[in-house]
Amino acid sequence: MSLIMPEREPQIMSGRELLIEKLRKILPATSLIIDETGRRAFECDAFTMHRALPLVVVLPETVAQVQAIMALATEMNVKVVPRGAGTSLSGGSMPLEDGILLVLSKFNRILEIDYDNRCVRVQPGVQNLCVTKAVEGQGFYYAPDPSSQIVCSIGGNVAENSGGVHCLKYGLTTNNILGLEMVLVGGEILRLGGAHLDSELYDLMGIITGSEGLLGVITEVTVRILPKAAVARCILLGFDSVKAGAMFVGTVIAHGIIPAGMEMMDKKTVEAVERFQPCGYPLNAEAVVIVELDGAQVEVDHLANVVRQISQQCGATTTKVSMSETERLQFWAGRKNAFPAVNCIAPDYLCMDGTIPRARLPEVLERMDELAQQYGLSVANVFHAGDGNLHPLILYDASKDGDVARAENLGADILRLCVSVGGVLTGEHGVGVEKRDLMSEMFTEADLEAQMRLKCAFDPAGRLNPGKVFPTLHRCAEFGMMHVQGGKIPFAHLPRF
Amino acid sequence: MSLPYLHIRDVADLVEAINSAQAMNKPLAVQGSGTKTNLGRYVAQDQILSLKALTGVTLYEPEELVLSARAATPLAEIETLLAKNNQQLAYEPLDYAPLFGQPSNNGTIAGALAINASGPRRIKAGAARDHLLGFSAVTGRGELIKSGGRVVKNVTGFDLSKLVCGSYGTLAALTDITLKVMPKAETEKTLILLQRTERECLNLLRQATASPHEVSGLCMIPAGQMEDFDQNIAALRLEGPEISVASRCESLCLELTENDLERTLLSEEESKLFWKKIKNIEPIKACDGQIWRLSVAPRDGIDVIESLQSAGLPIQGYFYDWAGGLIWLAIAPAPHAYAKIIRAIVDQAGGHGTLIRANVETRASIDVFHPQPKVLAQLTSRIKFSFDPACILERGRLRAEF
Repeated sequence: MSLIMPEREPQIMSGRELLIEKLRKILPATSLIIDETGRRAFECDAFTMHRALPLVVVLPETVAQVQAIMALATEMNVKVVPRGAGTSLSGGSMPLEDGILLVLSKFNRILEIDYDNRCVRVQPGVQNLCVTKAVEGQGFYYAPDPSSQIVCSIGGNVAENSGGVHCLKYGLTTNNILGLEMVLVGGEILRLGGAHLDSELYDLMGIITGSEGLLGVITEVTVRILPKAAVARCILLGFDSVKAGAMFVGTVIAHGIIPAGMEMMDKKTVEAVERFQPCGYPLNAEAVVIVELDGAQVEVDHLANVVRQISQQCGATTTKVSMSETERLQFWAGRKNAFPAVNCIAPDYLCMDGTIPRARLPEVLERMDELAQQYGLSVANVFHAGDGNLHPLILYDASKDGDVARAENLGADILRLCVSVGGVLTGEHGVGVEKRDLMSEMFTEADLEAQMRLKCAFDPAGRLNPGKVFPTLHRCAEFGMMHVQGGKIPFAHLPRF
Repeated sequence: MSLPYLHIRDVADLVEAINSAQAMNKPLAVQGSGTKTNLGRYVAQDQILSLKALTGVTLYEPEELVLSARAATPLAEIETLLAKNNQQLAYEPLDYAPLFGQPSNNGTIAGALAINASGPRRIKAGAARDHLLGFSAVTGRGELIKSGGRVVKNVTGFDLSKLVCGSYGTLAALTDITLKVMPKAETEKTLILLQRTERECLNLLRQATASPHEVSGLCMIPAGQMEDFDQNIAALRLEGPEISVASRCESLCLELTENDLERTLLSEEESKLFWKKIKNIEPIKACDGQIWRLSVAPRDGIDVIESLQSAGLPIQGYFYDWAGGLIWLAIAPAPHAYAKIIRAIVDQAGGHGTLIRANVETRASIDVFHPQPKVLAQLTSRIKFSFDPACILERGRLRAEF
């Protein structure tokens, strides 16, 4: 599957020298990467299938510099691609050959820890885990915990609305931030929210979260911190069929229990994990489930018993409740290693990210196997069982002719399957370039136009991260952004774009 | 004067109604059961678009924690259905109706979402906007669109669900909504701490939000503001399995009071009744003046009140929710509703003030919603125009400009 990106604009390419000259006036030499070798390091993010050499890479250190860059880009009509830590799995920060790559990794400071209001003000380049590290001494933590949390940045988390394994109980990024500062196209600053709990009028923070760098450049985030649960315990379970595992998960929730996390792995993943770094998962099981319960000691002990009983009713072949913090972490270790471990059983893999209504899991896995066979490939499955987020890992060998294309096509078919059972294309990795061309599987033209008009309200010239999220690019004027009736524009006194 | 009612039968009617309203430039008030007509700026609309016919729960899978319904399904019907399955809307939708002398619990689900009305549990469980997973709606352009889905974890495209929550029907008329629903707690108790100053009460509440005891309601009611309580109270709700509530309650008492403070414990029934009153804003119900809702940083709530008092505002009553982050304020009526003074004080703290109850003249002449800085105001207008370029839906309800 070839990826078609917006055409390179010759006037941008030919204006590169002038652009660099002007950037030098804004940025110190250490914040500007011009030479090809330096730029090569940024040619892709964690979605490595497609690459492009950015026109120029800038690493500003101040908001004023970001503003000046955005103003300059508008003045010279140059495209801009924002990038945090570059861990996007969907190519959200894949560079453009005729675009400035605006890297926020120097925005790496925690600005204020406000224990009184249970929030922390951070710059966007701060790593996710650093927020928790900064406040854990006082018994707090930041809830969203994507697997990449040791490297991924808060700004990127906001742009992608990142999740993690604790979403069912604690929400995604969008449910855990209180304030944002963003530099808009043209260089103006937009400030939203703060330490208070809700917004008034249109919830722009809600729209910006998960907007994949299409609406502005995030320069500051206020995140909510939560007190750490008194205790947490894990239950490791094995089932002799995926169906039994799925039934167990549904039954737990039907009992009114919302575990802090509920993860499932199929046999193939478990085998890989045990080869990579053994952690005691039952190799005879077709599905391994990890349930984490947190809260007050008596509550966790009580619920652990209930969950144990449910597991017996559902025919669990293994049930182990963690008796110590070490054992709890050991139960998690395999799951956390799952992605790298898969490299033990295949040279390359493509990680998918659909979400499905949980009850449809057995039939989706069955159908997925059939599809994989048709393509002559195989799939290992890691599944955020609590919230229905599926991570099929398509195993392939990039050195084999045609394998890359086969893997991509199988991936697309799997996502179509997710949509067909009432699910969605992406649960937490974002659309980026990876799922861009599948958007019409889920949305009608009118649905997409409503979203694209919103993009136009922020970025009328379409200069910010073009080629991502939306399958076709329209000029804003084509959407009839201005509704002219009888030759009269409504509310003519208002500024237009 | 009664306005022409457009009773639509289905979505096709709705598309047609909005298109013809656009063609004739006759703005529409979007209504479900009509319980929220007193909220927002007052502008006379030309016609009323009644969504009353769009009712019924269309999907409910308790094990999947998901419920879909047509827009004008009564909120009460949904809450009853959920309760039968020991589930609930965790954000505890608040009810303005009693403040306007109307019977409570009469609104529709889309109405509750359109004003993003979140109750006391918001501080733990999130706001209305955090529970809307997806929707269908007809925009001011007369186009039927959908966004989101029926699953919790979904980042496919822009999250328009957040945008329609709190938009007061100004962007699109909702036709269908899909919500995340959550289990109801097995039981609940409320710890009431007495005999402290207002500031001390609020400090205790904030201290509780730093504890691991998962307090799901934290309000402070000044002395005499609520029946049965003649002194300042800090109220803290604990929910969960019986055994856990008892244990957390004991720990919380120890940590907060060091055993030297007068306290009472509300039983499950008493606790439910208490929080229903808070959700319905009843502590200031008896006040006959104008009512403001102030959203500020929890730490600053008390300072905002003290500043308002020293500014000489004719305060009739007030109380705090969300550990001090939400203030409900009643003042003696004035044509300007003291908007300038109140907002200047709120601005110092950071946050916003919304005029909830005032007569038509006042709501027509002053900003009901907090004025926005220029960049935000321009963006807000552009977003409105992107959905509703002719300003046909609820023209002027949020801002005079649109």
